Amino acid sequence: LAPWVPVVGLEIHAQISSNSKLFSGSQVQFAAPPNSLVSFFDASLPGTLPVLNRRCVEAAVMTGLALNCSINKKSLFDRKHYFYADLPAGYQITQQRVPIAVNGSLSYNLCIDNKMSQMVTKTVRIKQIQLEQDSGKSLHDDTRSQTLVDLNRAGVGLMEVVMEPDMCCGEEAAAAVRELQLILQTLGSSQAVMAEGQLRVDANVSVHHPGEPYGVRTEVKNINSIRFLAKAIDYEIQRQIEELENGGTILNETRAFDSKLGCTVPMRDKEGKQDYRFMPEPNLPPLILYDAKSLPANMNHQQVINIDWIHERLPDLPSVKREKLVEQYGILPEHSFTLLNEDGLAEFFESVVKRTQMKPKKVIGWILKDLLSYLKQHSLTVKESPVSSFLLADLLNLLEKKEISSTAAKQVLAELWKGEGKTPLEIVKEQKLELLQDQKELEQICQAVIDGQENE
Amino acid sequence: QKVSVEVLDHLEHLALVDFRDSEGVDWLQKAIQFADQLHEVNTDGVEPMDSVLEDRCLYLREDDVTEGNCTKELLGNAREKVEEYFVAPPGNIPLPKLEERETFLQGS
Repeated sequence: LAPWVPVVGLEIHAQISSNSKLFSGSQVQFAAPPNSLVSFFDASLPGTLPVLNRRCVEAAVMTGLALNCSINKKSLFDRKHYFYADLPAGYQITQQRVPIAVNGSLSYNLCIDNKMSQMVTKTVRIKQIQLEQDSGKSLHDDTRSQTLVDLNRAGVGLMEVVMEPDMCCGEEAAAAVRELQLILQTLGSSQAVMAEGQLRVDANVSVHHPGEPYGVRTEVKNINSIRFLAKAIDYEIQRQIEELENGGTILNETRAFDSKLGCTVPMRDKEGKQDYRFMPEPNLPPLILYDAKSLPANMNHQQVINIDWIHERLPDLPSVKREKLVEQYGILPEHSFTLLNEDGLAEFFESVVKRTQMKPKKVIGWILKDLLSYLKQHSLTVKESPVSSFLLADLLNLLEKKEISSTAAKQVLAELWKGEGKTPLEIVKEQKLELLQDQKELEQICQAVIDGQENE
Repeated sequence: QKVSVEVLDHLEHLALVDFRDSEGVDWLQKAIQFADQLHEVNTDGVEPMDSVLEDRCLYLREDDVTEGNCTKELLGNAREKVEEYFVAPPGNIPLPKLEERETFLQGS
């Protein structure tokens, strides 16, 4: 049987982290009373016009730069037409012809055979990043055969990140999305929390035989977590292979991932191929961005976005942070991955290192094995840890000064975990865990044990 | 060149317009003919202009919350509402196929 080559591409929508919406001044907030965060423009009332939010443009430029894209100094807005109850205007304002950023790349890492010690770096090309409006939310009420529409989300700014089909399986897609999520969170351009709909991923999947043209692709939607992303893609690849090996064909359709059943199912409500009748948005002139060279002399600062200014102020990206951690503290690359993977863990680690004489290479063991496993067991975030970095540092100092043994230290940590406000030193004294250093005292104890043996 | 029935049907589906009668279709034909005159101009090497606003400055707004909180007004014109939600049919109701709907196009 000829081998199959799966091909996976991703379209990712990241909600921009901003106070107000892309083209209007209503608030961006998750979970608010229905239709309370909606302006006349968002509700598409006649006579309203879009006004572009500066912060959203900056977020897109930052993200484009972080993903090694070329930023288009002139980009355009278009209307994409389709009818749906949560799209009151009947069209979405997007950037179809000339988006704000193109031709970038994202590097991500994969463990070979699930071994973190064996990591390989892969790259996926970024086709483009475009600014566009989010739609409102539809709540389907099947019992009363109606849909309830909440427009709070309508008009929120999105960055659509289009990844070329350079990936071949669920694991690669999941790793790429995870790295993108970390980058967005580091930049602050999106909080990228999938559970709150701030990061939505659609996967395009097809299979073909090596040397032959690409197969028909399906689009998989309704994926709510990175774990499900990998599952959905792998299921779809298998489904397509089985279908083709049984002599069937693949339809160019949209499928939804059913997380309960672990499979993809055809989506209803997609009536044939859509014709979006793209047209230029007549109410918005081209978006012009500047750099140090092209900066106009007499323009109001507030009206000017300088790409170079933004570039200079980009924070260290996750890959750079990891390298710095490895270089500065002598920890293993795989350690740096775990540190960055947990929100706040890297900062916790650095805080402990600052306050203890113990070598970072030893501290990392306590952080990754003892602290992190406690947190995971109790489903706590680093910020919620009952053991602060100060307390842990105090404990590790006692260990480093050989005032307690390593076993005793673990006992003290278990006690600290209860969060009763005792210091490590207090616990050591309470439980009499001090290591005896006094030579004479040790001799007396040994002698007593030997004497005891002789008497038997 | 006349616009085909297929294209007219397609347009009725996409834009939910109703060409209503031969006068409506005629009107459309004339509009297309009028616009087609643009093809007579040699545009080799000329950047297309898609908006008379192209030299205008796109105004950038500060990221402040200045609108919203007008639920009552927005729902004021809604024919039906449920606890401050707008009410819509369960899904898109597609326009019936050409053979199945009453449209002037059927006769063409």
